[in-house]
Amino acid sequence: MIDLLFELSKKGSNKFSMPELDVPEVSVSAKRGTELDLPELPEVEVMRHYTALARRVHGVEDGPYPLGSCTMKYNPKVNEMTASLEGFTGIHPLQPADTVKGCTEVLKLTHSALCAVLGMDAVSFQPAAGAHGEMTSLLVMHKYLQSIGQTQRTKIIVPDSSHGTNPASAVAAGFEVVTIPSYPNGMVDMDALKAAVGDDTAAMMLTNPNTLGIFDKQIAEMSKVVHASGGLMYYDGANLNAIMGWARPGDMGFDIVHVNLHKTFSTPHGGGGPGSGPIACKKFLQAYLPYTELDYRQGVDAEKSIGKVKAFHGNFAVIVKALTYILALGAEGLKDASGKAVLNANYLFRQIASLYGEEYRHCMHEFVVSASKAGDEYGVHALDIAKAMLDEGIHPPTIYFPLIVKEAMMFEPTETESKESIDSLAETMAKIFSVAASDPDALHAAPLNAYIGRPDEVKAAKEMKVRYN
Amino acid sequence: MNYTPHTNNDEAAMLAALGLKSVEELMDAQIPEELRLKGGLPLPEGKSEMEVERQMRGIAAQNVKFDHIYRGAGAYYHYIPATVRHIATNTSLISAYTPYQPEISQGILQATFEYQTMMCMLTGLDASNASVYDGATAAAEACKLALDKKRRQILVSEAIKPENKKVIETYLYQMNVDLQYIPVKEGKTDIEALKGMLSEQTAGVYVEQLNYYGIIEDMKAVGDLTAPLKALFIAGINPIAAAILPSAAECGADIAVGEAQPLGLSLSFGGPYLGFMTAKMEHIRKLPGRIIGETVDKNGKRCFVLTLQAREQHIKREKASSSICSNQANCAILASVYLATVGADGLKQIATQCCSKAHYLASKLSKLSGWSIKYGADFFMEFVTESENPEGLLEFLQTKGILGGLQLSDKEILWCVTEMASKDDLDTLVSLIEKYGKGGSK
Repeated sequence: MIDLLFELSKKGSNKFSMPELDVPEVSVSAKRGTELDLPELPEVEVMRHYTALARRVHGVEDGPYPLGSCTMKYNPKVNEMTASLEGFTGIHPLQPADTVKGCTEVLKLTHSALCAVLGMDAVSFQPAAGAHGEMTSLLVMHKYLQSIGQTQRTKIIVPDSSHGTNPASAVAAGFEVVTIPSYPNGMVDMDALKAAVGDDTAAMMLTNPNTLGIFDKQIAEMSKVVHASGGLMYYDGANLNAIMGWARPGDMGFDIVHVNLHKTFSTPHGGGGPGSGPIACKKFLQAYLPYTELDYRQGVDAEKSIGKVKAFHGNFAVIVKALTYILALGAEGLKDASGKAVLNANYLFRQIASLYGEEYRHCMHEFVVSASKAGDEYGVHALDIAKAMLDEGIHPPTIYFPLIVKEAMMFEPTETESKESIDSLAETMAKIFSVAASDPDALHAAPLNAYIGRPDEVKAAKEMKVRYN
Repeated sequence: MNYTPHTNNDEAAMLAALGLKSVEELMDAQIPEELRLKGGLPLPEGKSEMEVERQMRGIAAQNVKFDHIYRGAGAYYHYIPATVRHIATNTSLISAYTPYQPEISQGILQATFEYQTMMCMLTGLDASNASVYDGATAAAEACKLALDKKRRQILVSEAIKPENKKVIETYLYQMNVDLQYIPVKEGKTDIEALKGMLSEQTAGVYVEQLNYYGIIEDMKAVGDLTAPLKALFIAGINPIAAAILPSAAECGADIAVGEAQPLGLSLSFGGPYLGFMTAKMEHIRKLPGRIIGETVDKNGKRCFVLTLQAREQHIKREKASSSICSNQANCAILASVYLATVGADGLKQIATQCCSKAHYLASKLSKLSGWSIKYGADFFMEFVTESENPEGLLEFLQTKGILGGLQLSDKEILWCVTEMASKDDLDTLVSLIEKYGKGGSK
């Protein structure tokens, strides 16, 4: 257990100093009543504290991270270096246009790269994360539909296998959600889709490959059905890492997409953020994109634009990192990254499918297996298997998602794992399953070697202790 | 450059294990022929790390980086302590995912719990979330939070930052909300006008402390008006000024939000920044985004977890309080490192220096012929001047390596002074302005 900053605090120990005030001191008439009580620590204790905390975090360089749908690939160091150049970090967002030509160039280059990868015509960089990109895109579609007099289109269709952000973003943009069933392999039930579309359909939100890692071959037909009803097609870019250079959302019939730069384009996840979730669309939607004063793209229309979704120009430093990655990899490198991501996922799936009592089948960059057989046979659950992986120094896959698979475990090794790493991951999984067979309680007790044992989440929710006092 | 670790032999062995000859075969088996991208991506070939670094340095060099910045308006030029810059490079903290596996994420969870606590200390409120995208989206989310079935009116001060206005408008435009602006009188939110606008229909009132013109608002008066009507008072606060101004809680705020970029985050052309949201305990279930809570592990040891997840999109889907998933977690940790480094005394000193130096510059400028300070009200670190031809002056200052204030109109400039400016810097600035006024720029 690491003491909290507040417990480490000692009056008089903080020796941080500022230059002497060299102008007359001015104090304001309205004054704080209660004393500000921030912790007081000497610099060395601050650093020891955060160094100790950082040691209790599993990062991408601490071991494998096959967390499905999150694309936890290695974050190249050169990205961090370029984003920390003073020529970027020191730029005020409201500088005159002729003093930010470098920033505009970053956006221009990233703009054309994203359009190329996605098969789209125009990009907005304002959204700060994937869900933000979703909400922004939905507002763009709403504005467009309004402008062509289709205000009765109030419904967004999502499959039941979709990411939770999809329906939540649809509601945040003022739409109603219609959920349609998928087949067990995650493919959309075409009959259900045909029954769901109508003149109230605003759009369908979809990721392809889907959340089970299966490329939905019906996609062209789905686009046709939705378009024929007068609705639009939205692409959730969470799974873009499977197809860069192999297929493009624009060619599948999608009209607008969001991309997670922190997944596909190797920028770090930051323990939950900052990400960057630019959106890209076909020409007919570009006038409605978030307004920007910058000239990195054409077709900005202050009248038609949805306005702004974030102050200034988006998470710019994250975009610098993504561009650095794109420049380093180039056309062939991006294609190779997706190819290897798919190869790695298949190679891992091939090795561990039988543990789960499943047949190996082709997958894209990720796959989902069900731990329900292990549950029936040994009484261990996806959660137990995941917790046992912690003891082996491996970040577990995403569990209990997608919701349509019972006891789901979603693996996405990404392209930056080596063959040896995947072999070793597969061996570890085999070991865990043999423990499950011989000593299931050992799995129930896991993790034993992590910094803490399983936490009492019910107590946390009940007591709601969300600050120290 | 490429970051895949596979040798040709590895690739061949892996393909053989799958009964395949090439990755193409694997892809073609899944992607229908008519959807395959033919001819490759229309992008340049990859480059070596050295070439990429050179290219990016070249691009960065096309920007003009000013050593003296007197522009704020929502993004502030403050000192960033070395501790913050150092922690910013910590690979484990920066590369980890959202802490959904608490057993191996205690570092991030505890650091965020500490962040939540410090934001509560700054605002005086009970609960904080783990961050949202930026100050503008924090304000917009707070306005949405205030709405309920009956109350659909949001009153927003006309004196808030324009970027925040635009974002609030976008977030609310599909929400069936009666969004009204409270007029400004002499640079301040008109409290009398607010009195006339408030009603039982008012869900929330949003006022920024410090406002766009840098003026100190009478926040307590807003709180006194909203409380009897049970309209939520949403205070948008500057976290540095919060060290010495009455806290949001003291002013009667129900929710306090803001942009925490001043706490150790670089300007970086507008992002990533840090939106913070704090609230009275009774609103905690309506707060958007992640919240970290304290609990114990099965051995009774104190630990931290993501809590109250039943509010969030991955559980609630269309019934979630917001769709936010990724937030600005690493920025929140950096803001904590900043606060732990400077401490309460340091933060007060920084706030005092900003305030004192801004007043020093304002007083010097007000003495120049043809110059005046636009508003009489108390300001903090930003203020508006009136003078002739601001455009020409700002261009002239640029040639001297100075980013002057932000031009608001054909006579007005919004200046911002922080602890970064020394008295000598300010004297130089004033003498350059004087020289320009006398035609010395020609």
